[in-house]
Amino acid sequence: MITIDPAIRIRGLEKSYQDVHVLRGVDFDVARGSIFALLGSNGAGKTTVVKTLSTLLKPDAGTATVDGFDVVSQPANVRESISLTGQFAAVDETLTGRENLVLVARLRHLEDVGRIADELLTRFHLAEAGGRAVSTYSGGMRRRLDIAMSLIGDPPVIFLDEPTTGLDPQSRVEVWNSVKDLAGRGTTVLLTTQYLDEAEQLAERIAILHEGRIVANGTLADLKRLLPPAQVEYVEKQPTLEDVFLAIIDNNNDIDHDIDHDSDHDSDSDTNGNGRTARVARAAGSDR
Amino acid sequence: MTTHFLGDTVVLLGRSMRHITRSLDTIVTVTIMPIALMLLFVYVFGGAIDTGSERYVNYLLPGILLITIAMGISYTAFRLFTDMKSGIFERFQSMPIARSSVLWAHVLTSLVSNLISLVIVMLVALLMGFRSPAGVLAWLGVAGILMLFTLTVTWLAVIAGLSAKTTDGAGAFSYPIIFLPFISSAFVPTDTMPGPVRAFAEHQPVTSIVNTIRDLITQQPVSTDIWTALAWCFGVLVVAYALAMATYHRKIA
Repeated sequence: MITIDPAIRIRGLEKSYQDVHVLRGVDFDVARGSIFALLGSNGAGKTTVVKTLSTLLKPDAGTATVDGFDVVSQPANVRESISLTGQFAAVDETLTGRENLVLVARLRHLEDVGRIADELLTRFHLAEAGGRAVSTYSGGMRRRLDIAMSLIGDPPVIFLDEPTTGLDPQSRVEVWNSVKDLAGRGTTVLLTTQYLDEAEQLAERIAILHEGRIVANGTLADLKRLLPPAQVEYVEKQPTLEDVFLAIIDNNNDIDHDIDHDSDHDSDSDTNGNGRTARVARAAGSDR
Repeated sequence: MTTHFLGDTVVLLGRSMRHITRSLDTIVTVTIMPIALMLLFVYVFGGAIDTGSERYVNYLLPGILLITIAMGISYTAFRLFTDMKSGIFERFQSMPIARSSVLWAHVLTSLVSNLISLVIVMLVALLMGFRSPAGVLAWLGVAGILMLFTLTVTWLAVIAGLSAKTTDGAGAFSYPIIFLPFISSAFVPTDTMPGPVRAFAEHQPVTSIVNTIRDLITQQPVSTDIWTALAWCFGVLVVAYALAMATYHRKIA
């Protein structure tokens, strides 16, 4: 059914640092135009995968192709096809937001760099802040600028390494919206995250990287099927502090409304008239 | 890739020059110590130092200029280190640009910013009574040697910036270079020093460079010191460049 090559193909990827085998044979494909999440705890090797794909690290064994180009033998072609948004916002603090965008546009050898910068500032809601030094930006603004810089030149493949780590809940939602918007435009996105809800929110396919190998790879539904059958039970769902926080600061919505219905995405939230009691599917005996 | 080398270097040079013009404090910090030293030596110690018939500020300036450069390159290492840490380095390395232009932009920035600092220190020296009978050619010679020295120690700074683990570490390597002029002919003639110190002073690179610059700005015939100076500069430059490039390629795999 899929006749076109995947945007990213990894086979038997291995990488060690001194005695530590970070990657012990990683395989996965990412289909063109999809959002793929690489999920794993800290130190699982997610960043190593991303750095290998973006030609910053050479693998010890195995192959990786991006947009049809081999990362080891054709690194220059790979760099034409990709954009990396690393774990730490790769922005220039001294320059203004607009200058950062112009800088990247120049380095990508594009024409009309001013127009490109202005369009991206508008698209990422940074138009007002565009003339200010980035050192005055909040974490969320910085991350949005970082992602905007990655989009310059419309690379077909984008890597986002832990795009929301260290952001406040509001900024996380903003970044999520930017990423969804990207995939809507046909860009392939590989993102790494340690947050389960982030993978769930964004990705069409999720791979779990654990101890240097992919231990699970599939759609959210596939992954849920790996667990024993769900058992239905009723538990009282208290709003989490995050729900409360988001409800209070969100001026657009009525607070009551927000708290009551915040569990929408949690499950087939029901309607038994008691807003505080949601029906959640629980995996029974998942540890057996 | 090489087709973009010049263009990319110019774009990146523009970027780091903005860092300098927007935080002029780096220029101020670089120039304040050499200026303070110059004031201290000319107006406090200078009266007791016998350098022959010359005005002491004339005698002292070459050494002060080298100290200025040594101060300046600690910022080169610092800027490079900051780039590496901030992640923008990885962004550049993952982009379709000439990879070495990232390094060359820092090197050129170092040359330009040191030139600015040198001009400032020279202006202060002029206010303090520095005068030179030297002509344009001699001054071009001085500028050439100063730029060569800057380039040489800049590549040392690149090694430090690339391999440092902390911000302090990135800047600390320049202390020995700042200190070298004190044990040279920069402040006092070497013939008053005790044997071993004198031997060191006369055979370390700063003395030959200082003597050459001093000969040029006082319009004396340039001694063979110039060959020693050039040999030191080019020798260290080649080694530092090779080491810096090796470090760079190791870092970017």
